[in-house]
Amino acid sequence: MSLCGKRGPPLNSFILPAATLWQREMIRFWRQRSRVLSVVASPLIFWLLMGYGSNDLGRYYSGTLVLTVMFSAIFSTISIIEDRREGFLLSMLVSPAPRTSLVLGKILGSATLGWIQGLMLLIFAPLAGVAIGLADIIPVIAAMFLISFTLTGLGFAIAWKMDSTAAFHGVMMLLLVPMWMVSGALFPMATAHGAVKALMWANPMTYSVALLNHTLRLPNASPGATESLLVTAACGLLLLLLSGALAAQQSTRSAA
Amino acid sequence: MIEVQNLTHRYGERVALSAVSFAVKKGEIFGLLGPNGGGKSTLFRILSTMMVPTEGKAIIAGHDVAREPAAVRRTVGVVFQTQSLDKALTVEENLRAQGHLHSLSGATLRDRMQNAMERLGLEDRRKDLVDTLSGGLRRRVEIAKALLHRPQVLLMDEASTGLDPAARRELSQHIENLRDRDGVTILLTTHILAEADRCDRLVLLHQGNIVSQGSPAELRSSIGGDVVVLETSDAESLAAGIRQRFSANASARDGQVRVEISNGHRFIAEVVEAFPGAVDSVGLHKPSLEDVFVRETGASIE
Repeated sequence: MSLCGKRGPPLNSFILPAATLWQREMIRFWRQRSRVLSVVASPLIFWLLMGYGSNDLGRYYSGTLVLTVMFSAIFSTISIIEDRREGFLLSMLVSPAPRTSLVLGKILGSATLGWIQGLMLLIFAPLAGVAIGLADIIPVIAAMFLISFTLTGLGFAIAWKMDSTAAFHGVMMLLLVPMWMVSGALFPMATAHGAVKALMWANPMTYSVALLNHTLRLPNASPGATESLLVTAACGLLLLLLSGALAAQQSTRSAA
Repeated sequence: MIEVQNLTHRYGERVALSAVSFAVKKGEIFGLLGPNGGGKSTLFRILSTMMVPTEGKAIIAGHDVAREPAAVRRTVGVVFQTQSLDKALTVEENLRAQGHLHSLSGATLRDRMQNAMERLGLEDRRKDLVDTLSGGLRRRVEIAKALLHRPQVLLMDEASTGLDPAARRELSQHIENLRDRDGVTILLTTHILAEADRCDRLVLLHQGNIVSQGSPAELRSSIGGDVVVLETSDAESLAAGIRQRFSANASARDGQVRVEISNGHRFIAEVVEAFPGAVDSVGLHKPSLEDVFVRETGASIE
């Protein structure tokens, strides 16, 4: 037995860990397919009730897509808390793989899952009166991925420092759900009251909903397309860097 | 191979480790024995780079655990007390993912996986989901996983927790093979005496301090002769009486008097005669690590 393993080039030591974590999320997702229902079903029901109730399915469609992606991001990142006490995350913590690579792999994996589940709801586009043309399809699915990536990054940054899933539920109800409510998912920014309007302006999720309204050619698409794209992408990148920094911190408190 | 120097760790006000020092030689099985809350887990977390100590330092294969965690992580394999496997994946998938974390791939990784599975007798379970494996098998997968990158040092935290005695013996055998065949240095934490007895050397930890260290034989021989345990209704006064009359080391605890004495069989006859009616039952045994621990701390391990 040689004492130390032969190590690949530096690129390998960054990409391999990230790729394996991404792949792990895919395998787990495939083996637990039935869980998809729990993520997709409730936004779908909310949408159908609100949409038919108000006779305007189109108004709530983008918000529903964002909600689906958000639920998926929450489910994926909440597992970080459990996984660290007992689970695969423990071996990640004591492996020499760069923390940024691990964070990227986990976020990309979870983001892919949210994206897939969001895409499933695109089947219902005709109900919302949306016809997705051939030229629109790429921007729509790209926007969905970007939004999923950003929301997963947000979930990761919140979950990383948390000790209990109960605390995460608190954050979800007090922060994430209200954020979604004032994102333009339920009412347009144009007619909102002054204070709420300011909140919407400052809320990154507003830009996600607007981005989808733009790509799906739905009304109430404000702020503008470029602005929405830039803000969503910038938030995603910032949250990725923040998550990486959090995960790389050394502490006199145990990481697990 | 492992050097721990004046290691101190505080969680806020609470001192979990106070100025602990010891050294582990290459190729030995070294045990940290003590009750839960004695400081073992804290020491394990520091050595496995999960947290940095508040004072002092620990060096593994020439690398400081707090300053060069990446180098240490390449050198050590870690087996956790809790499960670190993904239950939704198969044995093979778990090992492959671990290999990737260590930048192993292709033919090298396949060979290592094959080798690790053979070594721990897991080949016929390679395609099984971890969820379907018994506790003993899962432990073996954990060890196989920790060995993939051929670490010089293996750190194990309460590795036999939750295993039945047969699985525990089997695990000990695997650990001894690693030492004998591959020269791996092994540091394990335990509160199980039988396991501690199989270590080459060990330290006894109590309330964050090392109360004693040496080989199991050395530690036991620090108690001369025999240990006699007497059950009685009034332990304190019987212990006092014995100390006075036999000038032996006698301590009272939980309705028992524990006496360290040479020629225990003769002492038993004398003590029963000297204190008629006071002794309910009598036991005699050769000193165990538990006796060493009790003498040093007044507390019990298990």
